[in-house]
Amino acid sequence: MSTRVWHRPPLIGDARLRWGLSLGFLAYLVLAVGSLEVNWQRVAEGLERGSAFAAALFSPDFTSRGDAILEGFLESLAMTFVSTTIGLLLAIPVAVGAARNLSPLPIYLLCRGFIAVSRSFQEIIIAILFVAMLGFGPLAGVATLAFASIGFIAKLLAEDIEAMDPKPLEAIRATGGSATQTLHWAVMPVVLPRLVGVSMYRLDINFRESAIIGIVGAGGIGATLNTAFDRYEYDTAAAILLLIIVIVLASEYASGTIRGRLR
Amino acid sequence: MSLGVLRIEALSKRYGRDALALDDVSLSLDGGEVIALIGPSGAGKSTLIRCINRLVEPSSGRIWLGDTELTALDGRGLRQVRRRIGMIFQEFALVERLTVMENLLSGRLGYVGFWRAALRRFPQADIERAFDLLEQVELGAMVDRRADALSGGQRQRVGIARALMQTPDLLLVDEPTASLDPRTSRQIMRLITRLCGERNLPAIINIHDVPLARRYCRRVIGLRQGRIVYDGPADDLDDRVLTNIYGEEDWDTQAATETETETDEGGV
Amino acid sequence: MPVVTRQGQPAWRLRTPRTVLLAWLVWFLIVAVLVWSWQFVSERTIWAFVADAPRQGGDLMARMVPPDWAYTAMLWQPLWDTINIATLGTLLAIVIATPLAFVAARNTTPALPGLRALALLIIVASRSINALIWALLLVMILGPGVLSGIIAIALRSIGFIGKLLYEAIEESDAKPVEAIIATGASPAQMRLYAIVPQVMPAFAGISVYRWDINIREATILGLVGAGGIGLELMASVNVLAWGRVSMIFLLILATVLASEWLSARVRAAVT
Repeated sequence: MSTRVWHRPPLIGDARLRWGLSLGFLAYLVLAVGSLEVNWQRVAEGLERGSAFAAALFSPDFTSRGDAILEGFLESLAMTFVSTTIGLLLAIPVAVGAARNLSPLPIYLLCRGFIAVSRSFQEIIIAILFVAMLGFGPLAGVATLAFASIGFIAKLLAEDIEAMDPKPLEAIRATGGSATQTLHWAVMPVVLPRLVGVSMYRLDINFRESAIIGIVGAGGIGATLNTAFDRYEYDTAAAILLLIIVIVLASEYASGTIRGRLR
Repeated sequence: MSLGVLRIEALSKRYGRDALALDDVSLSLDGGEVIALIGPSGAGKSTLIRCINRLVEPSSGRIWLGDTELTALDGRGLRQVRRRIGMIFQEFALVERLTVMENLLSGRLGYVGFWRAALRRFPQADIERAFDLLEQVELGAMVDRRADALSGGQRQRVGIARALMQTPDLLLVDEPTASLDPRTSRQIMRLITRLCGERNLPAIINIHDVPLARRYCRRVIGLRQGRIVYDGPADDLDDRVLTNIYGEEDWDTQAATETETETDEGGV
Repeated sequence: MPVVTRQGQPAWRLRTPRTVLLAWLVWFLIVAVLVWSWQFVSERTIWAFVADAPRQGGDLMARMVPPDWAYTAMLWQPLWDTINIATLGTLLAIVIATPLAFVAARNTTPALPGLRALALLIIVASRSINALIWALLLVMILGPGVLSGIIAIALRSIGFIGKLLYEAIEESDAKPVEAIIATGASPAQMRLYAIVPQVMPAFAGISVYRWDINIREATILGLVGAGGIGLELMASVNVLAWGRVSMIFLLILATVLASEWLSARVRAAVT
C-alpha cells in the first residue's frame, strides 16, 4: 500500500478566495504599519514620564486637590442619575414607536432613524454639539448622556416588545381594551423587569461616559482629570483613575446583583 | 511479569469529607483479560477507572502497570504512562469541532511536540495507523467529517479508534453504551471486545447493563459502596450475587428480557 | 399571590404589606437622589445660556446644513489613520488578551498561585478606563500621534476581549479536556486540542465585535491628540467651521455603519 497523505482541511474551501484574503490582509498590514509615523525621540523622552506616572499609581494623592476631585465625582454622579432617568422616560415612547407590532410604518421609521443616529455617534461628539448649544457645564453633559441613553434603551426595549408573544396582546384587545390599557396590561408586565435591568446597565455606562465628556467641557470628573494631566499632576491623576476603577467596579457589582434578583 | 498487567493494591479514595468512594480495593488483571465492572450508581466504578490513569488522585493504595508504579509518578513520568493507557468515555468526549482524523491523531499527542501538534504535522506512521483504524471501525469515508456531524454510534467508534491510536497496554472503558440505543450498544460492545481480542489487550469495562456485561465479558467484578463484593466468572452471576451487589430486586424479569428481546437498559 | 385577611374575610392583594413598605422606601430613595442630583446640576448651569439654546441650536443647524463637500479631500488621510488605529489596536489587544484569558480562566490557569488574580486585575483595570482616558494618558507620555491612539485602543480592548474570552473558556465542555489529558498530552497540548477548537467561534465573534466598537472609539481619540479624524474635528470645532464639522459627521456615520455591517456579516458567518 502506498503512503496515504492527510492534510487538515482548510478553513476556507475555495483556494483562490483563501489566498486572496490572506494576501489582502497582509498587504493591508504592511501599508498600515508603514504609514505609522513615530517620533522615537519623543517616545524615549516619554518613557521617563511613563515611569513617573506608574510610580504615582502606587502613591496617589487624594488630598491636595481633594475639593476638585469631590466636586468632579459628585457632578459625574448627579449627571449620571438625572440623564439616565430622563433617557429612560423618553426611551419608553420611542421604544413603543420603534416596535413594528405596535406602531404604524411612518412612526416606526422615524423612531428607528432616531435610534440609529443616537447610537452611531460617540457620546463625546454629541457633547460637542450640546456644549455649543447650552454652554459649558453639567447640563450639556446631562443632555448628551440622556440623548445617548434614549437610543440605547429604546433599541433593547423595542426588540423585547417585538419578540413578545402576540396572544396576550390580542386577548386584551379582544376584551375591548384601549391602546393605553393594552400597553398597561399586556406590554408593561412583559417589559418591566427588562426595563429595570437595561436602565441599571445604562446607569453604569453613563457613569463611565460622564468621566470623559468633561474633556470637551460637558462637566463631570473628566474635566478635573484633564486639568490634572495638563498640569502634569500625576499623583492627582492617578488618584482620580483609581477612584473611577473602584466606582465602576462597585456599580457593576451592584447592577449585576439587582439584575440577578429580578430574574 | 507473572503478577499481571495491572495490579491494584488497597486503593482508597475519599472526596473531601464524604464517605469513602473507594474502600480498600485490590485486584489484578492478566494479559488479554477483558473484565466488566458492575455496580449501582455511585458505587465508585467511575472513580476506580479514573484512579488508574490518575484523572482522579487516589487517597491511598498503590497501582502498577507492568513494572511501573503509577501512584509514584508525577508530571512527565505520569504523562508517559498515560500514553500506555487508552480510555473510552460515556459521552464520547470527542473534540466536537475537530475532524474525525484530528480526533484520532489526538491519541498520539503524548508522542509529538507542541508545534507538530499545532501544525498537524504528525509522523507518517501515525497517519497510516489512523487510516487503518478508521477502516477497522468502518469509518473510512468519514476522515474529514467534523465530529459533531456524526451519529452517536459513529462518535463512539471514533472514541474507540482514538484510544487504540495510543497502542495502549491497557484499555479503560467508562460506560461505553450509556448514551446509545440498545442495538448500537451491542455493536459497540462487540467491537470493543473483538478489537481487544485481536490485540490481546486487557480492558476494564465499567458498565451499567448486567446482561451486556454477562454476554461480552468472562470475568465480572461487582462493586458496592466502594468495596469489591464479587470477583468471578460472569457465568456465576446469579440472583444471590446480584442482590448482594445491587440490593433486593426481582431478577427473573431481567433475565427473561435478556434472552428474548433487546434490552432497553442500554438506552438509559 | 398572598391573601390577606381583612375583617375576617380573605382579600386578594398583589403584594404583602411588608413588600409594599419596602417598595415605597425604594421609590422615596430614588426620588430623593434625583431631586438632589437635579439641584446640583441646576446650580452649576447658567440658565441665560439655556434660554438662548433653541436659537443657538437653530443657528448651528443652519451653519451645518450645506456640508463642506470639498473638505473631504483633506479627510481621506485622517480616515485611513482612524481605521488603522482601530485595526492595529484591536490586533495588538488580541495578541495580549488571548494568553491573559487563558491565565484568567479557572479551568486553564497555571498552578502558580496569585497569577490568576493578577490577570483578573489587569482585565478589570483595562475595562474600567475609557479609551479616551487611556489616550489622554498616552499622549502625555508618548506625545501626540497615531501610535498613542493604537496603544490606547489596545489598552481598553485587552480587558474587553480578555473578559469575554475567559468566560467562554470557562464555559467550554470539560469532557474533551479529560479525554485529551488521558492520552498523555502535555498541558499546552491539552489547551490546543481541547479548549482552542471549542472557543474559536466565540473568539472570532468577540474580536470582530470589538473591532467594530473600536472604529467608533477611534473617531474621537483625535480630540486629545491621539491621531485620526478626531484631530480634524477638533480643529474645525475650534474655528467654528460648522460646515466642515457636519462633513466629518457624515463621514464618521458612513464609516461606522459600514464597519457595523461588516462585523455583523463576519459574526453571522462564524456562529
